[in-house]
Amino acid sequence: MDTTFTPTNTEETREVVAWAVANANPLEVIGQGSKRELGRPVQAAHCLSLSKLSGVVAYEPEELVLTAYAGTPIAEIEALVAQNGQELSFEPMDYGPLLRREPGQGTLGGVLATNLSGPRRLKAGAARDHILGMEAVSGRGEIFKSGGKVVKNVTGYDLPRVLCNSWGTLAVATTVTLKVNPRSETSASYVLYGLSDEMAVEAMCTAMGSAAEVSGAAHLPAGVGDKEAKTILRLEGFGKSVDYRYKSLAKVLERFGQGARLKVDASTKTWREIRDCTPLAGGHDTIWRVSVAPADGAKFVAALKPHFDFQCLYDWSGGLVWIKPVDGEQHERDLREVLSACGGGHAMLVRALSPVRAALDVFQPQPLPLQELSRRVKQQFDPQGILNPGRMVAGR
Amino acid sequence: MSGIKMPLPDRATMDKRREIVKALQAIVPGEGVIHTMTEMRPYETDALTAYRQMPLVVVLPETVEQVSQVLRYCYENDVKVVPRGAGTSLSGGALPLADGVLMSMMKFNQVLDIDYPNRAVVVQPGVTNLGITRAVEEEGFYYAPDPSSQIACSIGGNIAENSGGVHCLKYGLTTNNVLGLEMVLITGEVIRLGGKHLDSEGYDLLGLMTGSEGLLGVVTEVTVRILQKPETARALLIGFPTSEDGGRCVAEIIANGIIPGGMEMMDELAIQAAEDFVHAGYPLDVEALLIVELDGPEAEVNDLIGKVEAIAREHHASSISISNSEEERMTFWAGRKAAFPAVGRISPDYLCMDGTIPRKELPRVLARMRELSDKHKLRVANVFHAGDGNLHPLILYDANKPGELKAAEDFGADILKLCVEVGGVLTGEHGVGIEKRDLMPEMFSEDDLKQQQRVKCAFDEKHLLNPGKVFPVLHRCAELGKMHVHDGQLPFPDIPRF
Repeated sequence: MDTTFTPTNTEETREVVAWAVANANPLEVIGQGSKRELGRPVQAAHCLSLSKLSGVVAYEPEELVLTAYAGTPIAEIEALVAQNGQELSFEPMDYGPLLRREPGQGTLGGVLATNLSGPRRLKAGAARDHILGMEAVSGRGEIFKSGGKVVKNVTGYDLPRVLCNSWGTLAVATTVTLKVNPRSETSASYVLYGLSDEMAVEAMCTAMGSAAEVSGAAHLPAGVGDKEAKTILRLEGFGKSVDYRYKSLAKVLERFGQGARLKVDASTKTWREIRDCTPLAGGHDTIWRVSVAPADGAKFVAALKPHFDFQCLYDWSGGLVWIKPVDGEQHERDLREVLSACGGGHAMLVRALSPVRAALDVFQPQPLPLQELSRRVKQQFDPQGILNPGRMVAGR
Repeated sequence: MSGIKMPLPDRATMDKRREIVKALQAIVPGEGVIHTMTEMRPYETDALTAYRQMPLVVVLPETVEQVSQVLRYCYENDVKVVPRGAGTSLSGGALPLADGVLMSMMKFNQVLDIDYPNRAVVVQPGVTNLGITRAVEEEGFYYAPDPSSQIACSIGGNIAENSGGVHCLKYGLTTNNVLGLEMVLITGEVIRLGGKHLDSEGYDLLGLMTGSEGLLGVVTEVTVRILQKPETARALLIGFPTSEDGGRCVAEIIANGIIPGGMEMMDELAIQAAEDFVHAGYPLDVEALLIVELDGPEAEVNDLIGKVEAIAREHHASSISISNSEEERMTFWAGRKAAFPAVGRISPDYLCMDGTIPRKELPRVLARMRELSDKHKLRVANVFHAGDGNLHPLILYDANKPGELKAAEDFGADILKLCVEVGGVLTGEHGVGIEKRDLMPEMFSEDDLKQQQRVKCAFDEKHLLNPGKVFPVLHRCAELGKMHVHDGQLPFPDIPRF
């Protein structure tokens, strides 16, 4: 009996989970299912889909706050706030191109559950930095709320933040309140050509440490997207401010060569491609997402090169490296060992076939005490392991 | 001591005091254990001075290993522990327990690593908030969250309370500026969360720790993000005949896509008190005074100053001054920054409240607060982080007049209930502590609070870390863990499933 439940309100959602608890029937929790090929595959016969729990509940542009049901398509929310000159400033990436799916899919709940972000993470943070409050159904089948509808709040533990990046394994969020921000009046990019990876990371870290308020710093090595290596720095804001900072940035980066300016349209297009890792998206082969200390990005790549051939793309000033092995294999052990030797970080296997994602650690393995603590946290939200079993860690 | 009750001390633990002191001395040698009444006196209260309690004993560990051993000892012997930073909590978060060890982290006062390429600084938790900025300002950097106690408060305490400050609408709270932590659980286990990289492994326990008020673990190391100082900053000082006009001006500034570095509002009594104290040149014939600070590149700031000025005029501003020098900007701020001591001059005592409301509710909340002031027969001065809706009403009272502390607390509770009623929250940045503990049910249902306490159980199932704070009723973890399984009928058979 494979059943998909599509509740239309919080109470119905609670009923589904309570039923699953009573019958020890684990549930796969999805929005539109656009990230099913991401993370570890779930082992559950039944599915709880939030696709019908959809719609914006309240949006007050001058309060910079939006409340919506978790199943609301993220594209709908982005379009609505854009009408008011606003945006989700954490710039959630679209996994569509990488996962060989239609772009523009996914729900608000999915964006939060996977803590999506984009190139602006360096300046504006990720989804977890913009969630203010939520109502959810725990794996115990109980409705609870946490957080609030205002930016500044320290009333009780910050459970909304814990639900970000929990991949639906702790509770099913039903209603979410988010912070929104004014969209920049304009943007431009400063492009440096032909830098080595090491020089590019140095240039990006120099730019990030300047007063130019850079909101994106990416490097595409030669052969990725273009024949020549490109190091791209984004400036956003009011028109006069962007022009002014463009000049000061060019000065700060003088020793890295003469750069060129991408105007607003070309800049917007380029950053969307970087956000979604489009230059590496072709084919179906393995892709890793590796988060390191930004200044260590090139060092990590250099240390990995002797182990296997790969293409890569740097975002976050070197702090995010997308890795695509040429032979299509995973090379998990090499990658994790080199990462650990380069100061540590987080490596996630983004693209691989389901049996592969079930067999190895998709997420960065944790040291034992932290693993145990995480297990106890899960236990307190979902004692019977009803929600998304196996999604993050094998066996729970 | 007024209305708020703490859990009854455990007699057996208190009887073992000598043994506990000895055990702690074996772990932390020399002067690291304080146990005479005279020497413990400075630790009997934090910045919520209406509440005082002598601890069982004070311990000041110097190494992570000592923290770990002390906590493990307390865990194994069922002794409660209250962690303490600089003791500037306004909510009683560091109020000692008669049967508990007070663990001061102020010997952890070193800056461990300054990493400019990664824009990160690693410090021990006893380093002051301002101490971080001091360590990096020569290179033009600073640490953005700036609570008004920043000269004294510790970064460990900032983690506990998720501290904000005047700049958090643009630059975020502590939680948005912390990259990593090392902490020790009550069992003595050492856990590291995050680091200089950004993606987090597994559950966001870093986010959970921030704002957890010392109930989940003891922080022993903090990695924070530093930012390049804005090229310039200028401020406008704007007076309004009514607080409604001021409130609408704030909304319009934001509606125009402008996020000021700081945006502060003061009401009549606060303006008067501040002006009498520091002579900042504030207008005295206005109902609301707004300070708007714009920071960033010069070209942007100069442009936005003009835009904000035009918006203010549209909203009936009766006076507008614009800073033309750093000195002038500081003068504008002087009154606001001195608002608390200024109020302290016109009243023997005051209670500082800390609710947050949706910005648009400001006029309604101020009007209701005037009614409440009449009802409780106490004056109230208001300073307001207008950008993020965080309200700091200062309730003026005299502790020497019988019944006035009680009246002030009742007034404060009424204000916080009002904040919740209009869609806000009990505390924006001071924490629940003991002060707002019993008001938690105003905002949360029993199920909400139980789920929060279950999280506590994952960290500290014996409830030994800072008990009596945040939660009005302590439930045992075994009781919280019980499942109420209902019948196994397939839910809502009449709705679509496929």
